Amino acid sequence: MEETSVQPTHVHAPPQGFLWKHVFSLDHKVIGKQYYALALVAVFTGMFLSWLMRFHLVWPNTPIPGLQFLSKVGAPGGLITPEYYLSLLTMHGTLMVFFVLTNAPFAAFGNYFLPIQIGAEDMAFPRFNMMSFWTTFLAFLVLMLAFFIPDGPPISGWTAYAPLSAVGGDAGPGLAWGQNLWAISIAIFCAGSLLGALNFIATTIDLRAKGMTFMRMPICTWAWFITSCIALLAFAVLLPACILLILDRTAGTSFFIPSGLVVSDHLQPHSGGSPLLWQHLFWFFGHPEVYIAILPAAGIVSHILINSMRKPLLSAKVIIYSMMSIGFLSYMVWGHHMFLSGMNPASGLAFSFPTLTITIPATIITLIWIGSLYGANLRMDSASLFALGFISMFVTGGVSGFFLAQPSLDIYLHGTYFVVGHFHMVMGVAALFGVFAATYFWFGKMTGHMMNETLGKVHFWLTFIGTYCIFMPFHYLGLVGNIRRYSSFVNDFMGPLMPLHKFITIAALCTGAAQFIFLFNLVYSRFKGPKAPDNPWQGTTLEWTVPSPPPWNNFGDTHPIVYHDPYQYGVKGSKGDFIMQDSPEQATGGVAG
Amino acid sequence: MGKFFAVVLVIIALVSAYPIVTHKYAPPVDISTHGHAIDEQLADTMAEAGLAFLGAQLLLAFFIWKFSGRKEGEKVSAIPSGAKIMVAAAFIFVGTEVLALGVFGQKAWASVYFTAPAADALQVQAQAGQFAFYFRYPGPDGKFGPLHPDKIDEGNANFFGLDPANDVESRDDVVAAEMAIPVNKEIHMLMHAKDVGHSFFIRELRIQQDFVPGLDLSLHFTATKIGKYEIVCTQLCGLGHYNMKAYLNVLSQEDFDKWMKEKIAEQ
Repeated sequence: MEETSVQPTHVHAPPQGFLWKHVFSLDHKVIGKQYYALALVAVFTGMFLSWLMRFHLVWPNTPIPGLQFLSKVGAPGGLITPEYYLSLLTMHGTLMVFFVLTNAPFAAFGNYFLPIQIGAEDMAFPRFNMMSFWTTFLAFLVLMLAFFIPDGPPISGWTAYAPLSAVGGDAGPGLAWGQNLWAISIAIFCAGSLLGALNFIATTIDLRAKGMTFMRMPICTWAWFITSCIALLAFAVLLPACILLILDRTAGTSFFIPSGLVVSDHLQPHSGGSPLLWQHLFWFFGHPEVYIAILPAAGIVSHILINSMRKPLLSAKVIIYSMMSIGFLSYMVWGHHMFLSGMNPASGLAFSFPTLTITIPATIITLIWIGSLYGANLRMDSASLFALGFISMFVTGGVSGFFLAQPSLDIYLHGTYFVVGHFHMVMGVAALFGVFAATYFWFGKMTGHMMNETLGKVHFWLTFIGTYCIFMPFHYLGLVGNIRRYSSFVNDFMGPLMPLHKFITIAALCTGAAQFIFLFNLVYSRFKGPKAPDNPWQGTTLEWTVPSPPPWNNFGDTHPIVYHDPYQYGVKGSKGDFIMQDSPEQATGGVAG
Repeated sequence: MGKFFAVVLVIIALVSAYPIVTHKYAPPVDISTHGHAIDEQLADTMAEAGLAFLGAQLLLAFFIWKFSGRKEGEKVSAIPSGAKIMVAAAFIFVGTEVLALGVFGQKAWASVYFTAPAADALQVQAQAGQFAFYFRYPGPDGKFGPLHPDKIDEGNANFFGLDPANDVESRDDVVAAEMAIPVNKEIHMLMHAKDVGHSFFIRELRIQQDFVPGLDLSLHFTATKIGKYEIVCTQLCGLGHYNMKAYLNVLSQEDFDKWMKEKIAEQ
């Protein structure tokens, strides 16, 4: 009973036929790849939108050929109108935060590798898993539909602050059906994410292989587990918030709209609502969302770094506990987005302290990464480069958070490009570096073909340098007081900043173009890449014990047994400087973990 | 590859820090009585964050330089003190920094938000609406007339929804599209949003505060330098957001009195 009680039977039967194998698959690996594909479509769409915005900001009178076909009203003659600029901005933010930064590091790689890394055959609820992907896909379609309706996409930003988002078409273009589609899409997305988070939690708790104690789980599995706990609480708040917003917009309720508002000469038929309620609900989700994006990336980077260094981290346990405390603290800090919103000023102080306190676990993690490099035998392949790049970005994005955590500095920096630079660096690019690292590291396992390393390195250098060229100047603009979310800079003091804006736009166009190298590498390697061995990087964890790609039930008919903590590197093993988790041999020598 | 990475990282770190160290991009000169506390706090934070940034990036670069490109299978080692020193360093350095910034920073915040305006502060009401600011002064009676949203009629320049026919206090209220204030005189600004959320930002005055519909907020400040300064909206409010601005006109007391007299004559 003991030996086999973990998984007495197969979770589901082997899939038959194209449709069940590749489309409505119950296999967590296929679902992981589907999430990845969706994130890929979303990230290139989002990037394209950012190109349009950057182009418009610095060359407002140069038509963009063909853009009028995307929106006749929004871009007549290929010239972007101020309202269409805001539509692009809203869609860019929404796509990137929800469909890229939540989907790629968490849902895509988590789905693929969490069950394998704990020695499970599949997720605890495969049917739920399939449902969570297709729900997310539906949310994506609903959101994209906004581009093709006469009203156009909403112009209220990804934060959809009420009452702008709540009063309907009176407040401007895109705020009638465009905003409805946005709210419906996000509500559906929340439902999908909740299903996914539940599944991750149940799987981690229930389906660990024999010998796989909690502390023997790889760091990235821990990160996905902690993240799913955060996501469960965060999306559970955003979902009802979106439903209330939809009710305000369609059923005449007044959750977020006070009385006496005159919008476009119309006295609004609402009373008793509070715009701050939306902000509280939104940011109660919104701040943990940052960690939903960054913690999985931090976990993945730790996992890859250990492999590249050929030695364990100074302490995996401390990293895991730090991640937990970040997750815990993430629920006490949402008010730092609202220092200037008219909350009682004392709450500014109450939210500032926990925010500054988060710096401590974040610094511990960073110092352990950097300190662990001491004495390493560091490999510099594409995955490793992106992992190291991640650390650099994480530091840069982290220190600018120090400014924004202080209400007194927020008085000046709030609403400026400083904020844009901060969150793009730490939440956007750093998390994407984690995704890139994961892709180069695990592509062979996922597809059976290795990615091209030369192209990977070219991609890294262009992206790493390009990213700094784009987002570092954002901080400078913010210090001068350049306001974000402006479609053009008609103000006296923002005009002189144009040369810096031009530099950023050129950097963004070049860095964006470099992503096509990555796309080409993905597609080319998928078909023409050299065959991937089972364990190309001499890794120790369970994903390297199965074939590349793994069979539908991961471990065939066997059940893995785990003998070690996950990172037995720098030891004398029979295969080299490592011992795999499922190998009974005992380490001699080695570095204390 | 490791050495190249290290060099690039050092260059990136130094080039990033250069415009900050040389103050190439900095806030404009402060013209408020409270702003110096914010500026000091900004400078302190910049120094501490800058050191953390450079320290971490350079250490990362140094370790990558030193520990990459070694022979396959070469023996690895670890810092003897292990993780303990990292945890201790984080707690001591960052903890102190957090406490210092957290405690001292509150002075700047408190000076803006926790003190009450002086009793003789000049009251000005600012109204934000898509996509303009309007300002109202109480007039000789020192009282603002009540607002009636249903009476708002921009075509007839009734931006606030005043009803002078029925409200005595409204009759002498002065409404303007620019915010004129006397220099070195405390201003108590009452904030009112007409339609959606907006924000009020004057860089030189180190003042930024949201207008929240349904929530009448107030701020107080003193401008110390005569001149014209841009007021911009920093809360996304719709298609004309980028163009929503007004001017703060800081005048000498005599010029302000003259301005006010003219405005009263115009009403």
